[in-house]
Amino acid sequence: MHEAPPGLLLQGDFHHAGQPLFDGIRLGIEAGKWTCLVGPSGVGKSTLLRLIADLDTGGEFSGTIVAGDERPVTARVAYMAQTDLLAPWLDVYENVVLGARLRGETPDRARAERLIARVGLEPHRHKRPASLSGGMRQRAALARMLMEDRPLALLDEPFAALDARTRSEMQELAHEMLGGRTVVLVTHDPAEAVRLADEIIIVSAAGLSRYENLEGQPIRAAEAAETLAMQSDLLRRLRELPQ
Amino acid sequence: MKSRFIDGLLSACAALALWQAIVWLTGVPPFILPGPGGVLRALIDNRALIAENAGTTIIEVLIGLVLGAAIGGATALHLMISPMARRLLLPLMVFSQAIPIFALAPILTLWLGYGIISKIAVTVLMIFFPVVSTFYDGLRRTDPGLLDLARTMGATPMSTLLRLRLPAALPAFGSGLRLAAVYAPIGAVIGEWVGASKGLGYLMLLANGRSKVDLMFAALFVLAAFTVILHAVISIAARRMADWSKETDGSGV
Repeated sequence: MHEAPPGLLLQGDFHHAGQPLFDGIRLGIEAGKWTCLVGPSGVGKSTLLRLIADLDTGGEFSGTIVAGDERPVTARVAYMAQTDLLAPWLDVYENVVLGARLRGETPDRARAERLIARVGLEPHRHKRPASLSGGMRQRAALARMLMEDRPLALLDEPFAALDARTRSEMQELAHEMLGGRTVVLVTHDPAEAVRLADEIIIVSAAGLSRYENLEGQPIRAAEAAETLAMQSDLLRRLRELPQ
Repeated sequence: MKSRFIDGLLSACAALALWQAIVWLTGVPPFILPGPGGVLRALIDNRALIAENAGTTIIEVLIGLVLGAAIGGATALHLMISPMARRLLLPLMVFSQAIPIFALAPILTLWLGYGIISKIAVTVLMIFFPVVSTFYDGLRRTDPGLLDLARTMGATPMSTLLRLRLPAALPAFGSGLRLAAVYAPIGAVIGEWVGASKGLGYLMLLANGRSKVDLMFAALFVLAAFTVILHAVISIAARRMADWSKETDGSGV
């Protein structure tokens, strides 16, 4: 990566179909850290992510989203979703270099091959998504995201559809490979949040609140007693939220 | 694939048996409804005549199909790019479907003459709408997630269209071509009925006028056989074109 990852500050109101979803919200994202947004479904976690990525939210946002270095945000964002969003007619390699192709650039072949190897897909680089497992597809999506080499990584429940073992492996791989970037991870899984987060923000109907009891450095061992204690503590906090 | 061929053969045999049974049971004279045997005899006796006329019709259909697919494909892409084209062309396309092709064919023959051109024009008109509407529909139904991704990647609108929307719409385009393969021979024959000196449609009219019902049936049979083969070839090509797209039949439902 060529530039220092920026922090972010999102402030404003968001209305959906005339109803306020967020009112006077203030979300600060620390530079170069993993910030996890946790909370119940339908509360607007993904909307926050989509606002940062300047994607269609179906609502109206009035406010500001500024990077710490005051440069434009949108062009420095890479996005990964729960579904792999791989083009089914392209093989792994062509999917990884899709961004360059879409911008009309010549893809950096060596870099793409290196990233495919690092996510462990070298033997599958000429396979299409349909012949890959769910975990392999998310690895390909991760390689594609890294190929974009953006300092801001927005992850919208990217591991939610994976089985428990694959999920924990993907968490480790993502944490290793996205190191040094500003990462915003939306998740509804307290276990995932306490493993990966430098900062956990609870999103609820009442607004945003910071989870203060986070200790230690990510990536935390999934089976360690402290991690499990934090996980149940966070779960308790989430269950106390007003419906 | 092989079992489907056997199925087709079986249903053809059943239809032939039913046909022969009707001829036997009702005792209709051959100049009203000839039996399969009589038609086969007419087919063999007139093979040179039928082959020559079939050749003309096949050329009309193939040229019409290629032109119609190309013009239809280009129109669908143009509809995606240009809001002006959407506003002007879409209502016109629906309106054009309200005019029966039978009513247009004489006008086209008047303008383009009795030769092959007017038949190609009718064929193109016949398949234009199914090709455009299926392909345009496919182009608009790209996975919104993929489009979001393209947006974050800084894709240009043109490359999004050509590298994402277009390949994603190929299965739909294939469906349109499959429909076109069935409609195209109808278009060519309508063109020939209105005025021609060659082609299977012309031969059918001629045979009908001379009460050679067996020859008419023979020509009809050749036309139907060609349509079935054309449809099969286009289906295979369409599946190759989008071999990543999974097809499922309703057997699991």
